[in-house]
Amino acid sequence: MTTWPILSVTTFLPLVGALIVYLSRGDDEAARRNARWIALWTTLITFAVSVLLVMRFDPSNADFQFVEKANWLATGITYHMGIDGISLPLVILTTAIMPFCIIASWKAITNRVREYMMAFLILETLMIGTFSALDLVLFYLFFEGGLIPMFLIIGVWGGPRRVYASFKFFLYTLLGSVLMLLAIMALYWNGGTTDIPTLMHTAVPRSLQTWAWLAFFASFAVKMPMWPVHTWLPDAHVEAPTAGSVVLAAILLKMGGYGFLRFSLPMFPLASHDFAPLVFTLSAIAIIYTSLVALMQEDMKKLIAYSSVAHMGFVTMGIFAGTMQGVAGGVFQMISHGIVSGALFLCVGIVYDRMHTREIAAYGGLVNRMPLYALTFMVFTMANVGLPGTSGFVGEFMTLLGTFKVSIPTAFFATFGVILSACYALWLYRKVVFGALVKPSLMSMKDLTFRECLMLFPMIALTILFGIYPKPVLDMSAASVQQLVNNYNTAVTAVKAAALLQ
Amino acid sequence: MSFETAGYQLAPVVPELVLAVGAMALLMLGAYRGEATTKTVTSLAVLLLVVVGVLVYAQPAGKQVTFGGSFIVDDFARFMKILALIGSAVTLVLSTEFLSDPSRRIFEYAILVLLSTLGMMVLISAGDLISLYLGLELMSLALYVVAASNRDNAKSTEAGLKYFVLGALSSGMLLYGSSLVYGFTGTVSFTGIASAATVSNVGLVFGLVFLLAGLCFKVSAVPFHMWTPDVYEGAPTPVTAFFASAPKVAALAVFTRVTLTAFPGIVSQWQQILVFVAIASMALGSFAAIGQTNIKRLMAYSSIGHMGFALVGLASGTVEGAQGVLMYIVIYVAMTLGSFSIILAMKRNGQAVEQISDFAGLSRTNPLLAFMFAMLLFSLAGIPPLAGFFAKWYVFVAAIKANLFTLAVIGVLTSVVGAYYYLSIVKTMYFDEPAGQVDPVRIEVRTVLAVAGLFNILFALFAGPVVSVASAAAKSLF
Repeated sequence: MTTWPILSVTTFLPLVGALIVYLSRGDDEAARRNARWIALWTTLITFAVSVLLVMRFDPSNADFQFVEKANWLATGITYHMGIDGISLPLVILTTAIMPFCIIASWKAITNRVREYMMAFLILETLMIGTFSALDLVLFYLFFEGGLIPMFLIIGVWGGPRRVYASFKFFLYTLLGSVLMLLAIMALYWNGGTTDIPTLMHTAVPRSLQTWAWLAFFASFAVKMPMWPVHTWLPDAHVEAPTAGSVVLAAILLKMGGYGFLRFSLPMFPLASHDFAPLVFTLSAIAIIYTSLVALMQEDMKKLIAYSSVAHMGFVTMGIFAGTMQGVAGGVFQMISHGIVSGALFLCVGIVYDRMHTREIAAYGGLVNRMPLYALTFMVFTMANVGLPGTSGFVGEFMTLLGTFKVSIPTAFFATFGVILSACYALWLYRKVVFGALVKPSLMSMKDLTFRECLMLFPMIALTILFGIYPKPVLDMSAASVQQLVNNYNTAVTAVKAAALLQ
Repeated sequence: MSFETAGYQLAPVVPELVLAVGAMALLMLGAYRGEATTKTVTSLAVLLLVVVGVLVYAQPAGKQVTFGGSFIVDDFARFMKILALIGSAVTLVLSTEFLSDPSRRIFEYAILVLLSTLGMMVLISAGDLISLYLGLELMSLALYVVAASNRDNAKSTEAGLKYFVLGALSSGMLLYGSSLVYGFTGTVSFTGIASAATVSNVGLVFGLVFLLAGLCFKVSAVPFHMWTPDVYEGAPTPVTAFFASAPKVAALAVFTRVTLTAFPGIVSQWQQILVFVAIASMALGSFAAIGQTNIKRLMAYSSIGHMGFALVGLASGTVEGAQGVLMYIVIYVAMTLGSFSIILAMKRNGQAVEQISDFAGLSRTNPLLAFMFAMLLFSLAGIPPLAGFFAKWYVFVAAIKANLFTLAVIGVLTSVVGAYYYLSIVKTMYFDEPAGQVDPVRIEVRTVLAVAGLFNILFALFAGPVVSVASAAAKSLF
């Protein structure tokens, strides 16, 4: 059907863009403007190409599509790319969020613009590659490679404690991932290949399943991040520039969830089943604990960062419920959180650009000067709370529904998270937007500019659209999720039946 | 003309003969024409190394043996020899500036490098303990002198002396071990030892331990690493680059050949030694480097750590392990030469700077240099998609197959610790304020840096062929 490798083009287009930015020499204002425009156009074209993926995607087919295979390293390690209903939404999320990131950095970043844009474009390639790699080594390459640009983004363009935050981000993630690397090697010797579709149908001995599951878990739990290994996230978020926070919250965190869906459940179903109570416990703790922590925050970004950890708790809970609703809800929640948390960080960035502080106490009464901003911020706050009619509701509701079938206590405790999220989100909104406008520094605040509306209004549209009509996303992933859940349940029941016979 | 002497085929040793005769000829040229010929001699030496490299490359595939089994040319030997020749040639190129100083116009420098390289080639092809020792001494004696080649500098002389004393000690241990092995097996040839050493007896193991101790000294593995930081710091930078590349290749090659071809019957005996040495080297290399402020000293600890990683592959004792060692050393040489060319490029007002703090803000004063160095450092830390990741992949994948899980887990954890100090340098270059302009980089340094840097960044694209060649070379040992 396709004559050109559409998936590889999507993946590597940003890299080409980065090269063009590099070749546009100079450090004056004109060069900076060029770098911005090249980056914007690259991300837009990448997005346009990725839309082609959606148009040609067959949602009724549960298998991998747009498959490309080429020789790479000898002995069972190939360049293998392809996407299914679980990865496609994440690829689209990535390509869709990136233009907003570039626009968000338009005015905020004034030094080393070329390097900044190159780092973001390279990061985009690595993120798309992570979601579309069908070879474990290739996956690891993209997955870990993303650390380098993100380290530089936080460290070079970050806030006052950027060095601490960037090191913590890098080393924390690396520590988790090297253990996964060893598990990848063990799988390689077990199956004789690192081809993901082949490994999904290769039987893994029970003991190896346990160890490999733990090793993969070490990596994805840090990336996700799950309680208690989430502590790098608030630091990284607070210190990163606005667009860095957006990418981190919207896309990088999703790699953990994607990893669980792509590797843990299909390759180690028995271990996943064994460890599900552990994941449920950690998720429930994450949801309640980090929500409570969020209530105490004085920094806007930190508050949203903690709320991200809580929302990711819903994702892990849903995924490991192993039910159709749970897994589909997990996928949907990832997409929804990608849009909503990304938008929330953009909202924080907008007031930060004007006031250069993120302290909640420094604001108050913004509605008087910035009605448009107040409205936008409200929509995303409500979506973060999970108000019906916004996309946040659908994901939380489905994951809770899926979990109720498997573990009522987990679902019971997780539901508290919905209430707590309303507490901290509405508290934040009241402190920042409502109240009397008494602080003299706020008197001259200007409302959203055209550029800022351009970033936020499409996201408002999507949030409400997916809240009322989530079908497009759910349909896209339905067949793949169904297959995943079926395989998982078949493997688990087979073992249970065998145990009963003995 | 039949190309043989005393009944022994000479075809396999043609590259070595060319190198030996060429080195003598250049020595004559230098001795009769004096110091003014330094530049000519150095250029001709590079040319000679290239010619020898081509000769090695042109040798027929498969295994050839001569001198009654003392000299083996197989795929493994050819692979390692070409690598060692590249290392020597590149360091000679990098030495041009060091030798252009009027006070240091020493033509012997290039001759010594050539002779040392000849020793390496003999060492790599060694088929028995005698040729092993011959090669090792030829290589080392030349190295001792090169280390002290900046003779007016106290640190350089000290480095040479320190290296000599400790090197002589290690040679003694190696010789003692060899004599024990000979005594208990009745032969010096590796194949003979292999067929005799099927059951371990105390005397043989004793000899093996001493033999391995001597080899560990040459690859600077813990606990025989003490000389490395001092020598690396004291020797002139191009010499340090040389020490870190070619001799490491040769020592690792002979290490691999001795363990795998002479003692395959008692793998479990040397495996535990290597596991310990590997863990100790990786741990020390990672932890001790954290506190360093001198970049050359840091590179010394880094190289100790990297030898530990390479030995992880060897510890598995399998063909995959040998392949891992080969992959590791190729990538290690590229990363090392790249890093040292950056250290050589770091000059302010004609004065070389060696402190890590001197790299502050390099990303703004010289963005390309900073970028290349950052990529090399990430690669040394083993972060994909850079070359260093593939090096670690192949050694650890062998360890996992050999069920050395503890070794593998400790190994990857120390690599995370190692990542910390590599990141600190990136931090200095990218996050800190500039510490002043750097001088323009000389053309030959820039060329080496470009080649090594591109190899490092783009390795993923052409990894396939390298893997196949390394795999074939590893198989020739078994």
